[in-house]
Amino acid sequence: MSQQQTKNCITLRGSAQIICEYLKFAINSVLFQRGLYPPETFKAEQQYGITLLISEDAQIKNFLTNLLTQSEEWIINKKVSKLSLIIINVANKEVLECWDFNVQYEDGDVALSKEKNETVGSKDLKKIQQEIRDVMLQVAATISYLPFLDCRCSFDVLVHAKTDCDIPDKWAEAKPVEIANAQNVQLKTFSTSLHKMETVVSYKLVD
Amino acid sequence: MAQFNYLNEINSLATMDGPITRGPLQRWAKKSNSENINPLSTSFKNHSNVNLSSCNQSMQKLSISANQSCNNSVISTNKTPTRTEHKKGKKTPSKNKSPGRSTTPTPNKASKTPNKADRFIPSRSNSNYDLCHYMMSRDDDKNEEVPQSAAGEAIGRALTDTEPGRLLQYTCKAPAAPEGYQNRLRVVYSQAKVPSSVKNTTRYIPQAPDRILDAPDILDDYYLNLVDWSASNILAVALGNSVYLWNAGTGQIEQLCTLEGSETVCSVQWVQGGGSHLAVGTSAATVELWDCEKIKRLRVMDGHTGRVGSLAWNMYIVSSGARDGNIVHHDVRQRDHAVATIHAHTQEICGLKWSPDGKCLASGGNDNLLNIWPIAQGQHYSQTQHLYSFNQHLAAVKGLAWCPWSAGILASGGGTADRTIRIWNIKTGANINTVDTKSQVCSIVWSTHYKELISGHGYANNQLVIWKYPVMTRVAELNGHMARVLHLALSPDGTTVLSAGADETLRLWKCFMLDPSKKKEPTDSKAAKSLLNMNSLIR
Repeated sequence: MSQQQTKNCITLRGSAQIICEYLKFAINSVLFQRGLYPPETFKAEQQYGITLLISEDAQIKNFLTNLLTQSEEWIINKKVSKLSLIIINVANKEVLECWDFNVQYEDGDVALSKEKNETVGSKDLKKIQQEIRDVMLQVAATISYLPFLDCRCSFDVLVHAKTDCDIPDKWAEAKPVEIANAQNVQLKTFSTSLHKMETVVSYKLVD
Repeated sequence: MAQFNYLNEINSLATMDGPITRGPLQRWAKKSNSENINPLSTSFKNHSNVNLSSCNQSMQKLSISANQSCNNSVISTNKTPTRTEHKKGKKTPSKNKSPGRSTTPTPNKASKTPNKADRFIPSRSNSNYDLCHYMMSRDDDKNEEVPQSAAGEAIGRALTDTEPGRLLQYTCKAPAAPEGYQNRLRVVYSQAKVPSSVKNTTRYIPQAPDRILDAPDILDDYYLNLVDWSASNILAVALGNSVYLWNAGTGQIEQLCTLEGSETVCSVQWVQGGGSHLAVGTSAATVELWDCEKIKRLRVMDGHTGRVGSLAWNMYIVSSGARDGNIVHHDVRQRDHAVATIHAHTQEICGLKWSPDGKCLASGGNDNLLNIWPIAQGQHYSQTQHLYSFNQHLAAVKGLAWCPWSAGILASGGGTADRTIRIWNIKTGANINTVDTKSQVCSIVWSTHYKELISGHGYANNQLVIWKYPVMTRVAELNGHMARVLHLALSPDGTTVLSAGADETLRLWKCFMLDPSKKKEPTDSKAAKSLLNMNSLIR
């Protein structure tokens, strides 16, 4: 899965891969759990020791692949600080929900990094996957308190990048989004020892 | 100057209490106590002399340090200064003598030496402690605001993203949900609001099933019709690619047939009047006719291009509705069996029922339409032009049932996006009543003994609901299925309802049992008949 040179050795690239794989499953889980798309367009897949659902829609798959390949590159170069998955009401373009995936950069295993002459982490892959599973289970549990999305919805992902980041082809600058009367819920965090991923969901509070 | 004196005195009092609560600071001050370089410790010394100006100074310093450390909890819990003093009691010289106390570890180790005491209370009687406390707590309030606003800022930042950087988006967007798609979670979110207007009835309805039978491999498909209970008390159940016959009287099970290859049975329907003929609709787009007494296939009738998910008998005519949206009327006696073909729906037909008088055929499809077809003149099959086409349902119409005691009354139930049961008067074309069931309606059956009907539901409770006709109030709810109730069938004696669930069980509910006191009257008609039928079955 990740590039493991020896046991308990995660390279920067491998860590970025783990992060992007998490993002792929997390975004797909949100799309499924929140009922954005018909459940029959999803396929069950075993990952992190649990069954997760992945969209089979060609356009969604294509969108996520392009997004995540680019994001992975950015994460390796430490250009990205956050990815925001926003859920938009198709009818009035209102942002109903925002899932923030905050990326923090960590030093990893300093001693081992010196030895290998590149930044590496030494966290056990099993432990990382266990942590990711905990987050995934939390994502699945969010439907119990998140408000019902009773409209046709679409989603988008905004990347919060550094100012010196180049804008590649087919990418554009976006406007910051705001949710009126928002509530934030912080989910569990996990770390690959090189990257720390923090997941926060903000939703519009309906009274 | 008097007012300043007073203010200073207050300040001094406040200051006096201040350092006690800030243990760490104090200790640190003690450790480097040889020279009073520290402004704080200076203030303590001066304090004993009631040096007003330096007290003011120390007051300021302390309030700043409080702001920085945000360590307010200690202060806020200490209501009275005297209490504080006792807690950290080592400071008063008199208390030092007790050996037990001195051995206990305290944050203030240096307090053992009385000459290094950091505080001295000159006169308690002159001190206004209430006012002092007020000043203290007012200070606290200010301090408490600091972390709050910090948290607020964090939230604000999370939302508006004030961090420098650019916000990027990929311009090839993902598509929105398909037009007309409805969030399936609607059922979960609105389920709790069901008005529990369960009407009190004099009748006892058992809440648990009478029997539970296993139905392994039953297809979890809303569009099929896989159970039917014959007038001769034999239940036909299609499980996967096989049809099984369960004799409800004896409990005997027989396998009628197994389809070859990957074909599955999509519908079963008994001939009217307690005969032994069973029509079987298959995924191979054929309708098979079986003699269940001889366990023999009599004929195979084609005419469709899609799987046959619904069947209905009218005398010697078997009408079949299929995925291609057509209804074909087969005359089982003739060689050219397909006597009429109707382009009834644009999508799969999942509900098909002839009225008890054989005058009208009702068909429900996945195109959300409910069509009523009048009978052709002098025939037992329907005309090709519908009498009514109702488009009120917002989802596939599968649950269809004609009222057995009132001619022209039809009940129809819609799927997940619709969730309503509608009662129609076919004579006038009026929608008499509509009730939102808050859950997918999979099947409807009328009771023959009571003015009631029972409906089988899906997500989220997978329950059966008994409704009072015509008011459509809930009489009872029967829970037990672990997955949606796909099909319902009524026993020939009208007392028992069989429900087939996607949880691969068949449950028998004795929900229409007759009152023992009233039993005499109906037994001579229906119950006796079914008994008679049962006797005729013993071969």
